[in-house]
Amino acid sequence: MAEDLRRRRFLGYLLAAPTLAVAVQWFDPPRADAAVPTLPQPEELFDLGDLQNLAATPTANLVSVQMNRDGSASFAVPRAEVGQGITTAVAMMVAEELDLPLDKVSITLADARPELLMNQLTGGSNSVRSIYTPVRTAAAIARQQLVATAAKQWGVKDSELTTRNGVISHASGLTATYASLAVAAASSKVEAATVQLKATADFQVLGTPQNRIDARDIVMGRKTFGMDIQVPNAKPTMVRRPPTINGTVRSVNNTAAVLAMPGVTDIAVVSHGVAVRADTFGQCIDGLRALDVTWGPGTVDGTSDASVLAQLKKAELPMLVPGLLTEVLDAEFTFAFASNSALETDNAIADVRKDSAEIWSSLKVPIVAQEDIAAQLGLPVGAVKVHVVQGGGSFGRHLFHDVAAEAAEISQKMAKPVKLMWSRTDNFRQGRTHPMCTSRIRVTYALGNVVSYEQRHTSVQTEFSHGLGEMLTSFAAKLPIAGNLSFAESIFLLTQSSPYNFGVTTQLLNEIPVKFNTGSMRNIYSPNVVTAQELVVDQLAAKMGKDPVTFRRAFLRDARLKAVFEKAVSIGQWGRALPAGVAQGIAVHSEYQGAVCCLMEVDARPETVNRPVADGVTGPRVTKALLVVDPGFAVNPRGLEAQMIGGINDGIATALTSSLHIKDGLPLEGSWDNYFYTRQWNTPPDMQVVIAPSGGNPSGAGELAVAPAMAAVACAYARAVGKMPTTFPINHGTLSFDPLPTEPSTPQSPTDGLDSAF
Amino acid sequence: MSSHTFVLNGERVTVEVADDVRLLWVLRDLLGVTGPKYGCGLNVCKACTSHINGKAFNPCSVPVSAIKADDEITTIEGLPATVGQDLHPMQEAWLETDVAQCGFCQPGQIMTAVALVRKVKAEGRAITDADLDSIRNICRCGTYSRIRTAIKSGAAKM
Repeated sequence: MAEDLRRRRFLGYLLAAPTLAVAVQWFDPPRADAAVPTLPQPEELFDLGDLQNLAATPTANLVSVQMNRDGSASFAVPRAEVGQGITTAVAMMVAEELDLPLDKVSITLADARPELLMNQLTGGSNSVRSIYTPVRTAAAIARQQLVATAAKQWGVKDSELTTRNGVISHASGLTATYASLAVAAASSKVEAATVQLKATADFQVLGTPQNRIDARDIVMGRKTFGMDIQVPNAKPTMVRRPPTINGTVRSVNNTAAVLAMPGVTDIAVVSHGVAVRADTFGQCIDGLRALDVTWGPGTVDGTSDASVLAQLKKAELPMLVPGLLTEVLDAEFTFAFASNSALETDNAIADVRKDSAEIWSSLKVPIVAQEDIAAQLGLPVGAVKVHVVQGGGSFGRHLFHDVAAEAAEISQKMAKPVKLMWSRTDNFRQGRTHPMCTSRIRVTYALGNVVSYEQRHTSVQTEFSHGLGEMLTSFAAKLPIAGNLSFAESIFLLTQSSPYNFGVTTQLLNEIPVKFNTGSMRNIYSPNVVTAQELVVDQLAAKMGKDPVTFRRAFLRDARLKAVFEKAVSIGQWGRALPAGVAQGIAVHSEYQGAVCCLMEVDARPETVNRPVADGVTGPRVTKALLVVDPGFAVNPRGLEAQMIGGINDGIATALTSSLHIKDGLPLEGSWDNYFYTRQWNTPPDMQVVIAPSGGNPSGAGELAVAPAMAAVACAYARAVGKMPTTFPINHGTLSFDPLPTEPSTPQSPTDGLDSAF
Repeated sequence: MSSHTFVLNGERVTVEVADDVRLLWVLRDLLGVTGPKYGCGLNVCKACTSHINGKAFNPCSVPVSAIKADDEITTIEGLPATVGQDLHPMQEAWLETDVAQCGFCQPGQIMTAVALVRKVKAEGRAITDADLDSIRNICRCGTYSRIRTAIKSGAAKM
């Protein structure tokens, strides 16, 4: 790939602007990867990231690197930053090709830009993959233009000049800063330019570990999230919500009394609740709790975990291979609903006027938000300005703009600006969820060979109505998958593939149309699909009298996976002596053009499982986590390691502790002491990430670790207790907390906080 | 509506607000101090962790009327001044370790870490894995292991 880049020239455009500005086509050309050996599955030929790149092809010349008069460079990235580190990675790309110090690069988040079509979608771990070449091209052309400008002024050749730290130098001793050339280098007309990019071997910034560019603001409490933005008169606003998912309002019986409460300014009935605007959020909580509302039905009234599971079982697709002349292994797994709620609850500021509107929210698909909100308000798209703000986590939640649409509805009804915040309980109970699903697997084997592998994944439908669906519709004809598939089936096929030589392999998805609020949760289907697969692989190994590592070594078919696997086996000391009740588990996964192997050690001894923690769940502890990742090229190894660590903690949570329990049409979970995301007492005290790049372009990283981590925990747990778990998370069968009341929808804040000061 | 006075990050402040409004909203909505974050309002997630007279507490669960005129409230914004530096050693440790991902929980994590280290030091011992396991602050990005590393490193410099 490095050789390839040296040969190729990349195209960009000098823009007519007061200071130097270079625009590029916002698209990374399709990769030409090595062929996959046998019977490639769709995900290997062409994955979700490739689809997103393909969809971006027609969008040309629309994003630009700007050189400022102070010698700094700026770039407005058409993506969301929700903790994944995209702003840092993009700053590194600009710094590299411009030869500018990293702290002289300023990255902001672009407002919704309809002309970017579907290329303003943050998801599918695609950002670095799609941005890598265009951003570097723009920065490299900017550097080239600065050099040409200096050369002309000095009457020397471009090739005699060098650039370093934002300064151009000539052997004669002449120097010029970028600041001094920013205006002179500007073009008076739009002009095409081509450039060669740096070879990987020449990188000074890319590939080196860098801290987040916003780290200092974060530790000083200065990073501005949506809730911290001050918009004049956008007062705190919250919503009293129904006791069932998507319930409706029949009547509000005491509006005047609540309006008279301290601080309360406005009340409005909205689609799924009653909004209260007040001077403080505390007074919103008081107001919404005091409301007397008569509720209408929701969309899943009366449903429970058991009723949804019964529906899923009815919808499971049949297996095709009878297994008459072979041994057969059948397994079935159930995965509970889970929440993709971030720590920052959903929030948005909306200022809707008669003929215009302005929205501030953390949005991964701001264009769709803008279109939908304009239609909802009855305004032209151009009259709705949508600002993308820094998000306190996303995990898939901000692919949807539910909260922004609701803020717009409330602002329009109250005819005032509002700062809408969902309560913690709203976020768990009425927010988007990762749907319940089952995964059935049948494997047939004979004479030491696996003859067939069939996996049937059945799920409550996952909503993809946030833009990925539109992308698929537009480009369906170009996808290497046949038939008239639904969005979800297409995404399933574009993301799933079995890494093993298991003969005839089919993995299919069927969905049931139950009206829960669902959406993608970090890594979508893969954590469940891969966990089921890896548990079955361990079973199969046992049936054939082999240890999990020996078996995988014989059947793994991808060279990059084999490499990370062998490294994990060796570094993680597979097979080392451990006490009874403590065991290792290993799992592999390939997605987003990256390869991962995860080796976990789980302690399931009673003294560990039953260790006391107030208001929390303990259970088995992952004492050691090792993850080996081949990201192709690691743009920022420190950021990549952070994504892997986060993914490991997500995998631990979904395997062991975190889920939603549905009862009477509503999740019971209402706080972080109910929804047991990994806590300090659950996280591995020994956590190691090994980055083993094999070269080439960067893979996706944001979601890459979740599936193999969840699978490795499950496999280790199964070996520690000597029994394969079939329901996840493993503690789902026991409700480990007292549910908060379903009415009023948001609990009152405690008053005894000083008692626990330490 | 009544008048409430206390010391916030070294300065005496007075606010007019009903007695039962939780301090978090007084800080964020009325005084514009946004370092302490809302993550639950239930004294569970600890994203709003600040200090009262040097001890960690959660302003989401304390009515403003419970704060006395001489009580010193320190939020993340006021932490460096408590050691007379641009950054507190724990904040430096957070930077060295590059702990943050989205960063939403980190002000609370740092305030908890400082109080925990002070408490452990007052007991005349070093911080243990059990101490770290006792931290309740949620980090939904899962930065826990870097938090553990940073606390040990910050403790050495406190």
